[in-house]
Amino acid sequence: MTDAVLSGFKGRHLLRISDLNAAEIRGLINTALRFKEVSEREIKKLPTLRGKTVVNLFFEASTRTRTSFEIAGKRLSADVVNVSAQTSSVTKGETFKDTVLNIAAMKPDALVIRHSSPGTALYASTIAGCSVINGGDGAHAHPTQALLDLLTITERKQTLENLNVSIIGDILHSRVARSNISALKMFNANITVCAPPTLLPPKAESLGVRVTHSIAEAVEGADVVMMLRIQTERMTQGLFPSLREYSDNFCLNARVMKNAKKDVIIMHPGPINRGVEIAAEVADGPYSVILNQVTHGVAMRMAVLYLLCGGAES
Amino acid sequence: MDGVFDVLVKDGVIAEIAPAIRATGARVIDAKGLVVAPGFIDLHVHLREPGQEYKETVETGSQSAAAGGFTAVCCMANTNPVNDNGSVTRYILEKAAQAKGARVYPIGAVTKGLEGKELAEMGDMKRAGIVAVSDDGRCVMDARLLKNAIEYASMFGLTVVEHCEDGPLAKGGVMNEGVISARLGIKGIPSTAEDIIALRDIDIATYSGRRVHIAHISTKGAVDAVRKAKEKGIRVTCEAAPHHFTLTETMLDKFDANYKMNPPLRTAEDVAAIKRGLADGTIDAIATDHAPHAQWEKELEIDHAPFGVVGLETALGVSLKLVEEGILSLSALVALFTCRPAAVFGLPGGALKKGEPADICLFDPEKKWIVDPKGFLSKGRNTPFAGMELKGKNLLTVVGGRIVYNPADL
Repeated sequence: MTDAVLSGFKGRHLLRISDLNAAEIRGLINTALRFKEVSEREIKKLPTLRGKTVVNLFFEASTRTRTSFEIAGKRLSADVVNVSAQTSSVTKGETFKDTVLNIAAMKPDALVIRHSSPGTALYASTIAGCSVINGGDGAHAHPTQALLDLLTITERKQTLENLNVSIIGDILHSRVARSNISALKMFNANITVCAPPTLLPPKAESLGVRVTHSIAEAVEGADVVMMLRIQTERMTQGLFPSLREYSDNFCLNARVMKNAKKDVIIMHPGPINRGVEIAAEVADGPYSVILNQVTHGVAMRMAVLYLLCGGAES
Repeated sequence: MDGVFDVLVKDGVIAEIAPAIRATGARVIDAKGLVVAPGFIDLHVHLREPGQEYKETVETGSQSAAAGGFTAVCCMANTNPVNDNGSVTRYILEKAAQAKGARVYPIGAVTKGLEGKELAEMGDMKRAGIVAVSDDGRCVMDARLLKNAIEYASMFGLTVVEHCEDGPLAKGGVMNEGVISARLGIKGIPSTAEDIIALRDIDIATYSGRRVHIAHISTKGAVDAVRKAKEKGIRVTCEAAPHHFTLTETMLDKFDANYKMNPPLRTAEDVAAIKRGLADGTIDAIATDHAPHAQWEKELEIDHAPFGVVGLETALGVSLKLVEEGILSLSALVALFTCRPAAVFGLPGGALKKGEPADICLFDPEKKWIVDPKGFLSKGRNTPFAGMELKGKNLLTVVGGRIVYNPADL
């Protein structure tokens, strides 16, 4: 990896995958692979970001992503502050803009933003005066999740090129799906999305993917299967009749896995609903890399924080 | 009748139109190279008063209208309190009398509080001065109530103006549902939400044998439905807003709420359909749906920011692109701003004729300018045309013989 690629991140934002090119994604993966080893040490700390401040500004509940960024920052010796903010409404409370400006006035070096509304991280990046990292904005993007998924795939498959990847579940509401599709397409993946029509974006083929409603078809021949969480509120919105019926048609269980390739890997961004979109025996089974994804989340977020706030000049 | 004429205004009315008029003692305005047109009439604006004066007032809205060449605007009922009774109508007209800009014609609510449950007091409001009824901002979702409204309003000669949007279908949506919303993860408003209500309303109008007017038409489906209905002689009229025949859903790419309005920006195919509808007469009027908001409101998250854009001061320049593109003749375009909207609600004005009130605008169809929201007379700066170069600008506006806008001191 050239130094030019790595040093080019400093002071930038990470808002969506299309902000990056393939060489930069490879650079992030290679950096994360080096950081992964830090988490195996007895003293899990590098002095790299000493004196830097990272603020996790979360407008939406999150355990995994917030903790992952927090641990990533701390393992690089950054000061990490978690802020749980209220989602603003038109009539009451501080606006999103004012909250961002107030946090920005405290001069952090990086701002990680999670929000239920799409475009919020992009807007924050225009006013914050520091690096903004999108920790998930509505159904739009979750770039660090896609990057850690690519890291996981790379480690298992030794390549990112020309893979058959199937994404199964609530694609319509999934920022994880959008960011992964965007990232995997840069590496010529053949992507299949699988969901009931009501949980697919309109004109889903326009995203450059194959569409199927059959989980058997989606799993067959796939090198990578990404499962997505189904939320019960989608049921009350009339998008599908019951968890039972959803699970009958879209649960990744041992029966469906019989058609899978012998070296398939099963991924899930979490939190998983055991027995709904994924059977316990598959989630805990030999093909599952779900917990590796979580481990890689810390390594990838260390890489992102390091390259955006620290720089790679050393 | 287009040509080169002198227009003599006396005591607030047009006294004479002739090739060369001699009038001693009269103030002469040299309109060489300019178009002297009947004052524009906007069937659809939001003036925010009473209740949201921080967004716009009757006065600033009326002056913004005059700046754009409008001499009359029809203001929607979604104020606070709602214009659903004669006292609110009279309050708006009292403010309008002091506004020193375009004339203001209030539109009353169809239902009390815009709640879609009980009819508002249309007779009381008619006596106070409303020119039409609408729950704009919302659709009258209950078909029985809409049928009753169309029938009841006809007794007072009032047209029902419908915001065609199936509520449950569009619920929670922010932009047009399609390829772009799929990519951006923004919640979609499907075009069928507009189409099916336009079809329903045309059907109710057909059944009742009465009129209905479709506000801010934005889909190919709705334009096609109106065209077919007109061919059958059904009494339906409709209006289109400049942003809907100029911009597409791709503008949402940066999540900028200045491109968030309802109905939303649609596809290139819909834009083409609206242009065809303007060219073949299917669409009766260009109306701005001028919807001012405070800057901080448009800076909220795209999900929370309110719908709407201002349009009074850009409407002419944006619409003149249709003449440039050869879609409309200049006189057909002027008709869409004047006599044709006047006919929709049966309003005075819209023509330069001897004996008519002197409502006139003078515009330079060749003047190039760049849209700078800071220069607007409207309190609203929420335009989707900021920074765009336009050709054509209103220079002088006369309402009832009085000059209300003349920044270049012609």
